[in-house]
Amino acid sequence: MFRILRKDVFSPTVKRFTIQAPEIAKKAGPDQFIVLRIDEKGERIPLTISDSDPEKGTIATVFQEVGKTTIQLGGLKQGDSIQDVVGPLGTPAHIENYGTVVCVGGGVGIAVLPPVVKALKNKGNKVITILGARTKDLLILEEDLKKISDELLIVTDDGSYGTKGLVTNELERLVKESVKIDLVIAIGPPVMMRAVSNLTKNYSIGTLVSLNSIMVDGTGMCGACRVTVGGKTRFACVDGPEFNAHDVDFDELIKRLAMYKEDEKLAMEYYKTHQQEHHHSCC
Amino acid sequence: MSETTKPKKEKLPRQTMPHQNPMVRRRNFDEVAIGYTEELALSEATRCIQCKNPTCIPGCPVEIDIKGFIHLIAEKKYVEAAHLIKEKSFLPAVCGRVCPQEDQCEKVCVIAKKQMPVAIGRLERFVADYEASHGETILPKLPPSTGKKIAVAGAGPSGLTVAGDLIKLGHKVTVFEALHEPGGVLVYGIPEFRLPKAIVKREVDFLKKLGVEFKLNYVIGKIKTVDELLGVDGYDAVFLGNGAGLPKFMGIPGENLNGVYSANEYLTRVNLMKAYKFPEYDTPIIKGRRVAVVGGGNVAMDAVRTASRLGAEEAMIIYRRSEEEMPARKEEVENAHEEGVIFKNLTNPVRIIGNDKGWASALECLKMELGAPDESGRRSPVPIKGSEFQVPVDVVIIAIGTSAQPLIAASAKGMEVNKRGYIVVDEETGKTTKEGVYAGGDIVTGAATVILAMGAGRKAAKAMHEYVMKK
Ligand SMILES: Cc1cc2nc3c(=O)[nH]c(=O)nc-3n(C[C@H](O)[C@H](O)[C@H](O)COP(=O)(O)OP(=O)(O)OC[C@H]3O[C@@H](n4cnc5c(N)ncnc54)[C@H](O)[C@@H]3O)c2cc1C
Ligand code: SF4
Ligand code: FES
Repeated sequence: MFRILRKDVFSPTVKRFTIQAPEIAKKAGPDQFIVLRIDEKGERIPLTISDSDPEKGTIATVFQEVGKTTIQLGGLKQGDSIQDVVGPLGTPAHIENYGTVVCVGGGVGIAVLPPVVKALKNKGNKVITILGARTKDLLILEEDLKKISDELLIVTDDGSYGTKGLVTNELERLVKESVKIDLVIAIGPPVMMRAVSNLTKNYSIGTLVSLNSIMVDGTGMCGACRVTVGGKTRFACVDGPEFNAHDVDFDELIKRLAMYKEDEKLAMEYYKTHQQEHHHSCC
Repeated sequence: MSETTKPKKEKLPRQTMPHQNPMVRRRNFDEVAIGYTEELALSEATRCIQCKNPTCIPGCPVEIDIKGFIHLIAEKKYVEAAHLIKEKSFLPAVCGRVCPQEDQCEKVCVIAKKQMPVAIGRLERFVADYEASHGETILPKLPPSTGKKIAVAGAGPSGLTVAGDLIKLGHKVTVFEALHEPGGVLVYGIPEFRLPKAIVKREVDFLKKLGVEFKLNYVIGKIKTVDELLGVDGYDAVFLGNGAGLPKFMGIPGENLNGVYSANEYLTRVNLMKAYKFPEYDTPIIKGRRVAVVGGGNVAMDAVRTASRLGAEEAMIIYRRSEEEMPARKEEVENAHEEGVIFKNLTNPVRIIGNDKGWASALECLKMELGAPDESGRRSPVPIKGSEFQVPVDVVIIAIGTSAQPLIAASAKGMEVNKRGYIVVDEETGKTTKEGVYAGGDIVTGAATVILAMGAGRKAAKAMHEYVMKK
């Protein structure tokens, strides 16, 4: 059992758990993830490790409530426990001194940026961070990233905060202003990563993305997480999650992520009626 | 399978084992075979002629005293019979169900020359189940602690065997397992209808009672390296029994379409994650009306029979050779036929066709004919030109084998693996080229069998004991 030591509510649907997991904390690197299972009947889902503290023996993960499992997870409180947590999985992000790196984070993907930015800074890079959110309330970790980045730019779809527009607008503006960019790292919804990738391809700027495909074991045993990269099938859980953006078949990834849409609805319905029954029986 | 023979004298035929009706069982996950009753077991035991030179025993990869345990059955000493088996095999209730006896002990049974061999597997299963439901599990008395610490990576049959053997010799044993449940292929691969998970749990619980510590959710190579186990963690020896995990794909177009699974994923979702009870359990699975399983081994049979149980109208096997060459156990092929599985043999998929939403909709195949025997001795399939045809499908399951999982080996400096990634060991001891590290099971041999993995575990445990006691 893995105890939730702290719960931060960033927005009604975006939450962060700090979980007691001393051995995972000791090994976790940037862009690595855990697979967790809430309880006996739960499914296994991957979540990126957004922070780790080997001294305190804790890891943190940020998630957005999008389906049955994440909603149930979001309902857990400080002091509750998660049955299974396995990690750190995946290959840590490859960090070296590139020069100037632009880190683009979208939605809950922003949660993955802090360890990446920290590691980049430690290697002497200049880091410009661009954060994108649909609206102001959904923007997370602004303060944390401001502290560790050399420059922080914010965009919102509806213009409620920062510049109105998309992360790609800001990125393109930088390029056009002839800011020298040696590498772009983009982490967020696949549609955003695809847009960033298409843009940087045009300007021949090397770009890395972190792919969060559907996973089961997270150790290379099942192939659920497979993605096409450079025309070859790769397993995101062991070969990734970081890949060269320009080689990734995003369209396939987006289709695969929708594979269980219908089932997710069913699971939600079942969960809701079940919860109601539960409420009735205790009142 | 016809089990009656035409003996010259009045001979007792091989006793058939009761099965669930095929038309009923093809839609449920309950065990297919119901097992011998005491009467049937006794009758079958009398068919054994207690040979002076029992060829069955060398036919068994772990040399169970088959003649001896059958004799005990005839004397109605069932619990004793189970104990006799356990001297050699750690998991009789499992092996009685999943061993390919027809290629091992039963193949060389003396009476098989004239009639059907003694049903050794069914008898093994009977005594193991009898012991589980009648005899109290007596915990063996453990010797005083040796103070030695053993780490086992992987809780499949090989790892569990090592753990059992070494705890009984007084060592402290910790098993590290990547998944949230111990058992390896026994819990994630082999379906409930062939091997009820309660049986595996019983054996694991027995090890826990003996004092084996299980650390689940531990991926060796990630959370800890083998070098750390031997170093800072102070283990005196390490056993690697991490199986041959990685699923192979065919490399044909369309393999990443929605609705296409590896057999590992399909079976893991259903067995380990209980997707057949969705939405009570959270893990979903695409059920499919027309399900094609590519391959002809045990894994393919398990997958296709699972598809039928999930409600497929057409559950098909697509296999490029003929039924003769199928590596799956005959019994399982037979079971699949009875359950209405469609066999499209001499058929090779060349591409999976998708619809505009990215879902598999058809499998394009070529007809094959058999040519000359290849290096495996089986006649190799040759495509017939221009014979392309399409099979409408909505789920495709690829069951064409697995390859070595590289995570562990990469974390053990100086340990040799062969060019396919399997760990190189001394066959008699399981000793790898790295001091203090032993390995066995599928990660050494490539995908094989439960009994071979157990046998390898047993040999390694013996060698590890000698090694740590000399240290
Ligand atoms: C669907 C299917 C049906 C089969 N049917 C039969 C049959 O009827 N009869 C038969 O005899 N054989 C059958 N087999 C083969 C048999 O199950 C295997 O040969 C046997 O289980 C191998 O045992 P093992 O101990 O080597 O490894 P496995 O059973 O594969 O167990 C390995 C364990 O190690 C864990 N692991 C992997 N990597 C790590 C790591 N880095 N750290 C920690 N743990 C790790 C895995 O999660 C797993 O639990 C079947 C196999 C499959 C897939
Ligand atoms: S070879 Fe057959 S008949 Fe002879 S002892 Fe073994 S099981 Fe019995
Ligand atoms: S999640 Fe199973 S192989 Fe990647």
